[in-house]
Amino acid sequence: MSTLPSSPNTLHAQQPGPTPTPLHVPAPHESGLKHTSGEARYVDDLPAPPGMLTGHLVTSPHAHARIRRRDASRARALPGVHAVLFAEDIPGENQVGPVIHDEPLMSDGEVHFQGQTVALVLAEDAAVARRAAALVEVEYEPLPALLSIQAAVEAGSFLTTPHVIGRGDPDAALAAAPVRLSGECMTGAQDHFYLETQASLAVPGEDGSVHLWSSTQHPSEVQAIVAGVLGTGRHQVVVEVPRMGGGFGGKETQAAPFAALAALGARATGRPVKVWLNRDQDMAFTGKRHPFWGHYEAGLDQEGRLLALNVELVSDGGWSTDLSHAILDRALFHLDNAYFVPALRFSGRVARTNLPSNTAFRGFGGPQGMFVMEEVLNRAAELLGLDPAVVRERNYYGQAPANLTHYGQAVEGNRLPRIHAELMASSDYARRRAEIEAFNAQSRWTKRGIGFQPVKFGISFTTSFLNQAGALVVIYTDGSVQLNHGGTEMGQGLHTKMRAVCAHELGVPPERIRVMNTATDKVPNTSATAASSGTDLNGMAVKQACEVIRERLRPVAARLLQAERGGEVDALAFVGGRVFLPARPERSVSFAEVVHAAYLAQVSLSATGYYRTPDISYDRVAGRGKPFHYYAFGAAVVEVEVSGLTGEHRVRRVDILHDVGASLVPSIDQGQVEGAFIQGVGWLTCEEVLFDAKGRLVTHSPDTYKIPAVGDAPEDFRVALLERAPQDNTIHGSKAVGEPPFMLAIGAVTALRHAVAAFGPPRTPVELASPATPEAILRAVEVSRAAGALPDGKA
Amino acid sequence: MERLRFFLNDKPVEETGLSPTTTLLRYLRDRVNLTGTKEGCAEGDCGACTVAVLEHDSQGAPALRAVNSCLVLLPMVQGKRVYTVEALKEGGQYHVVQETLARELGSQCGYCTPGIAMAMLEACHRRDMDEPWKLDAQMCGNLCRCTGYRPIREAAKQVAGLRPEDRFARALAETRPEPMALAYEAGAQRFFTPGSLEALWDVLDKHPEARFVMGGTDLSLEVTKRYAEPPLLVSLEALSELHVLEPRAGGHRLGATVWLTDLEDYARVACPPLERMLRYFGSRQIKNRATVGGNLCTASPIGDLAPVLLALGAEAVLRSRAGERRMPLEDFFQGYRRTALGRGEVLACVDVPAQPEGARALAYKVSKGRELDISAVSAGFRVVVDGEGKVTEARLAYGGMAATPARARLTEAALVGQPWTEVSVEAALARLDEDFKPLSDHRGSAWYRAQVAKNLLRGFFHETLSTPVPRLAEGHSATVQVR
Repeated sequence: MSTLPSSPNTLHAQQPGPTPTPLHVPAPHESGLKHTSGEARYVDDLPAPPGMLTGHLVTSPHAHARIRRRDASRARALPGVHAVLFAEDIPGENQVGPVIHDEPLMSDGEVHFQGQTVALVLAEDAAVARRAAALVEVEYEPLPALLSIQAAVEAGSFLTTPHVIGRGDPDAALAAAPVRLSGECMTGAQDHFYLETQASLAVPGEDGSVHLWSSTQHPSEVQAIVAGVLGTGRHQVVVEVPRMGGGFGGKETQAAPFAALAALGARATGRPVKVWLNRDQDMAFTGKRHPFWGHYEAGLDQEGRLLALNVELVSDGGWSTDLSHAILDRALFHLDNAYFVPALRFSGRVARTNLPSNTAFRGFGGPQGMFVMEEVLNRAAELLGLDPAVVRERNYYGQAPANLTHYGQAVEGNRLPRIHAELMASSDYARRRAEIEAFNAQSRWTKRGIGFQPVKFGISFTTSFLNQAGALVVIYTDGSVQLNHGGTEMGQGLHTKMRAVCAHELGVPPERIRVMNTATDKVPNTSATAASSGTDLNGMAVKQACEVIRERLRPVAARLLQAERGGEVDALAFVGGRVFLPARPERSVSFAEVVHAAYLAQVSLSATGYYRTPDISYDRVAGRGKPFHYYAFGAAVVEVEVSGLTGEHRVRRVDILHDVGASLVPSIDQGQVEGAFIQGVGWLTCEEVLFDAKGRLVTHSPDTYKIPAVGDAPEDFRVALLERAPQDNTIHGSKAVGEPPFMLAIGAVTALRHAVAAFGPPRTPVELASPATPEAILRAVEVSRAAGALPDGKA
Repeated sequence: MERLRFFLNDKPVEETGLSPTTTLLRYLRDRVNLTGTKEGCAEGDCGACTVAVLEHDSQGAPALRAVNSCLVLLPMVQGKRVYTVEALKEGGQYHVVQETLARELGSQCGYCTPGIAMAMLEACHRRDMDEPWKLDAQMCGNLCRCTGYRPIREAAKQVAGLRPEDRFARALAETRPEPMALAYEAGAQRFFTPGSLEALWDVLDKHPEARFVMGGTDLSLEVTKRYAEPPLLVSLEALSELHVLEPRAGGHRLGATVWLTDLEDYARVACPPLERMLRYFGSRQIKNRATVGGNLCTASPIGDLAPVLLALGAEAVLRSRAGERRMPLEDFFQGYRRTALGRGEVLACVDVPAQPEGARALAYKVSKGRELDISAVSAGFRVVVDGEGKVTEARLAYGGMAATPARARLTEAALVGQPWTEVSVEAALARLDEDFKPLSDHRGSAWYRAQVAKNLLRGFFHETLSTPVPRLAEGHSATVQVR
């Protein structure tokens, strides 16, 4: 069902022709051709409404300061300037914090990071707005700023209390363990670098209403926040999302402030207002993946089996809470990755610094947690002289009670043993590892390494009530369909999948279905399109809505086909735009005819659908529960080559075997796996977020912040989806795919460590910082070399 | 007063009153509502704004060139044919580039896709897509955050060199692109493209404060990032005297206004060290606009051409109304972003002399990103070894190590007269810390720069042991190619 040959040439969408169902077959992206022609519209591409103003932010040049004086009179006097607004001009609440209300939209007297909004200029065009912004006088009294996790910890500056999950007596188990390891590790921030920067367009309407076009993953939250800022009911705010030019978590909460500023400007001036950030502003003002500091103490046996593990995590939340607590939770939930640890204590806390407020990013803390565990296992393998893949296999979750996670959820349907065996064989791991050892033995300046990385990732929002979704399906009398659902399209192919589900349920060709812009007046009270859950949740809601209409159409079709005898009605098939009895396929009626007949028979042709994930809950105080509906699994083998002269490296080959259940649209899922993997490699290698000593972002554009480019993709990239692996209780047996493959990239770190180790004598500890930039790698190589017997690097 | 005139998707366009520093990207999006072209960074690093301009290649034949519209100022396309992504679809039919990208799922969010399609369009009409590495070199100026690039690479491979009978093929067959002279003014800003040296001298006599511009890959950032409004720009593009690229006296004459794409093409056979540097100099889009003179005259310590040309013993040729003067390239760089150019003087060309018998020469570039990144350290080396295996001359030039591109004089001196062996190299390297005290910044720490600077020379020694001037191999993982 979900088979996908690894050869890229066979990935094409199906040629036109009769298709029984669009499910489980490769298809192009629903907007693919429009992307290539520029016809696909994003918020900033929408035609400017008459009278539209530019909203320009005046922001803090200090990481922490008190505002002494503000004066916008010169700015307001500039021709072309319509208004300059401060916090006191907000009619409702000066608050955009998504969960904890600790984030003013505009500074209320103090600024907490460089880039915090102090004032909003509304002007005829961007050039006037910039000139006006320069005329807004703000006098600051600088205050001491906390610019790192360490500084915040020392100052006792935190956004949360510790969250602790424990099992057994780890201290006793540590004391008794034959092998002990302890250490610290850091993972860095990562900018989302969605190609489309933050953008909002607000058009004021009657009765204080506003219609917003926003590039957001969470239109319902934008709606709620805008209503709060305007001091109006949510029914007066409509938020519409055409599509996003990438999100990756960066538009889950952080689109809201810019939408709120646009709405505020529209309310204040009575004119449409666009707030669009250029790249430098976007990178400087918005939060990133949380950097994490971790301290670990591990106890293992001589074969590398984990006996005990204590881990303390501290994340850098930035200046406000945002989603930091949930991200820390997910880091704790994924510290185990795929491994059973008999005795453990995991604790975590969010530090408050004077940096942009860090936020959701693909994996949502999971990668940062997992990284610590993989560091422990890599170090153990290096110390014990074992193949790191073998160490991992020895620690997999197994049979009860070794199938229980630290939070008490059983790992059911564990596919890793199967994936491990299949990938080891298909990637030829053992032979290649031996070849690499041979290569390294005769290569002085260049070394290779291979790394294996399994992933287990829990699927569901860990805030259980968020696991709900809605849909609205509308059929017109010609049989054409409009599909609305609560999810947003950011490139991940959600609309392609939802259209396939809808086409399957109604039995119409996908071309007859138009997926509408996501809008809060069509499907209300939605959750963010996040947590890899878009398809799982919305797919079920779409299915249900379609089923409702289809069952209304069934008796109508039966009358038209004169197939009303017992059993025949229920047996009617809706396939490929026609309705028929499978026993008599030659006699059929078109879907459009059935719809038209239903209209004449006064049958409703629209329906909503709704879904909530069953049986999940988590008790945060006890640290116990079943937060996840199921787990997604996957594994990767990564081979790299490292230059011992410059620290440059290249990924030579990647083999991935990933479990997406019965893939709804395999070509889309393959794209998610490949893209997530490369994004993960970026986080772990070339992407380095740097602030200067005053808290100013130094890496604020692609000139200085390097995401992977085409040459960073592996020369040989083989991705396969696990075959014959349908999942119970999900939409058509599929599994979530957005985030889990991101963490497969940790295999690149294992491979780099393997190569770096080869520059030194056996069992030398590898000291590789993250991200593994050329400089970090060269430093690690120098450490390895220094441990060698010969000073010239010949190990 | 002259108007701005060019062809946009084959339709003639005339404009007046627009600032001469209006970028093509802002013009497309704000003035004529062609919103298919996207702004991703406004600095030429992401490629989302890529459009195609009909230019001529190093042989003078018409060629479609992908460029970053965010860096192109409107007067730079005077008289030219500009194509945006909207031009790809003809008569309701998608172009083969579009069909292939969509079929291969080369787009996910789609925001980078118009730029990708236009970069692929150039590949589609190139006649020289004969080696696999050219695919990545063609596409490395287009960032995609979604796909992981495999399907983009695959699509590019399928369309490269197809040269379909499309509107672009017709334009290539029918058009003889020539740079046009222009004198344009709007508000307080002026832009001149003199059509002859005589006209240039006149402009410079009247406006000694004029700034020169060619592709704008450096200068345009002042406009897009700092919102500068330079009052007077002079483009040298229409001066055929500066656009020479030819063998000369056993060496090469590189005209100041030669596009780097053309130089790379030329250097491939003629001058491998230069080609090695140009491969990683920047993206295709940047090399399609950047020039020899532009790169050298910014006099940036990390201008990548300088170390190679310094190592190869190049001379700068300067011209003014008074005539010509020549100087070793090292004398051209006088300080941080300061050159020897006097008032009313331009860099006309660079002469690379014939390389001596027994010369080993190469160039290296190390940066965080492999492609399209600014160097942490770059280097050009030439060492001449006599029949007895002794070093008779060493030219070791570095970028990123000092305020200007500079030679490591002490290290050079320590090598000359010594046998060309690993022992000599190691001994000489002890002097490199005296030659340079590099800075720490976000591209690399002082430690890293110093270490890599040494390692590059080590690598150079080993890489040139068997082949004095080695070529870049396919699928290499680092700037230095030694096992």
